[in-house]
Amino acid sequence: MDIQVQKVGIVSCSGEEIPEGTLCRLACRRVLDERPGETVTICLPLFIAGGEEERTFASNYPTITVDGCDKMCAAKATEMLSGKPAKSLSIPEILKKHGLKAPDKLRHFGPEEDAAVRAVAGEIARAVDEVLEEE
Amino acid sequence: MGKKHKKVVVLPCSGIGKVFGALARETMYELLEKTRPGTVATTCLPLLVIQDPEAVALVTANPVITIDGCPKDCAKKSVQALGKEPEKAYEAIKFYTAHKDLKPEGIAEVNETGRKLAQVAAAEVAKVVDELAAGEEA
Repeated sequence: MDIQVQKVGIVSCSGEEIPEGTLCRLACRRVLDERPGETVTICLPLFIAGGEEERTFASNYPTITVDGCDKMCAAKATEMLSGKPAKSLSIPEILKKHGLKAPDKLRHFGPEEDAAVRAVAGEIARAVDEVLEEE
Repeated sequence: MGKKHKKVVVLPCSGIGKVFGALARETMYELLEKTRPGTVATTCLPLLVIQDPEAVALVTANPVITIDGCPKDCAKKSVQALGKEPEKAYEAIKFYTAHKDLKPEGIAEVNETGRKLAQVAAAEVAKVVDELAAGEEA
């Protein structure tokens, strides 16, 4: 008997312009590395630059979007171009919930930023669990 | 010589799955913060995907250099989707093939060797930045 393992799609804000974008990328990458059998990702611009396979991403996988600012590019682009996300997370809201400040640099995160990366990765992992339970 | 530009926009790959995406981003940050601060500007690639008016205006009003991390060329195609051709399009892997002694590693961020390669790449891209800022064709 084949056992179908459901994967959850994670769409990260790439946020090159803001520290929260780097935080978002690092946290998403951490979850993808820690949950390789249960998670998959796509580069957000592939909704435009890619083909049919990329555009049906959110139809093929229940998707969690993670955004670094209130412009919510990941959530909006996923919904507009692929399909409605199962969950939408916001870095500013996660930092506020955990009483953490946003990092103040764009790159080369180190121990000072690790608490924020851990907090965001933890919230993404929790969302993955919730989506898998719902499926 | 064409119009002089205050800003040259550098748009890297936004991927978190491949080392050359991370190298593209590190090269942009090196230009933005160290090699050509004040001249180089960037914006988040997904802002172009959702057609954010400020991001679209920045890209359409200034010369653009794209640095892509894989053959899917998201950065270049995101600019083309706005009806504009980037003034110069790089593939990050070519920085490595030109400097094979600097093998980058890492996915979300590059390692120390990758940072050195990004410095070398930024110095090369800076020449094109200067030409475009002066109103010359790349």
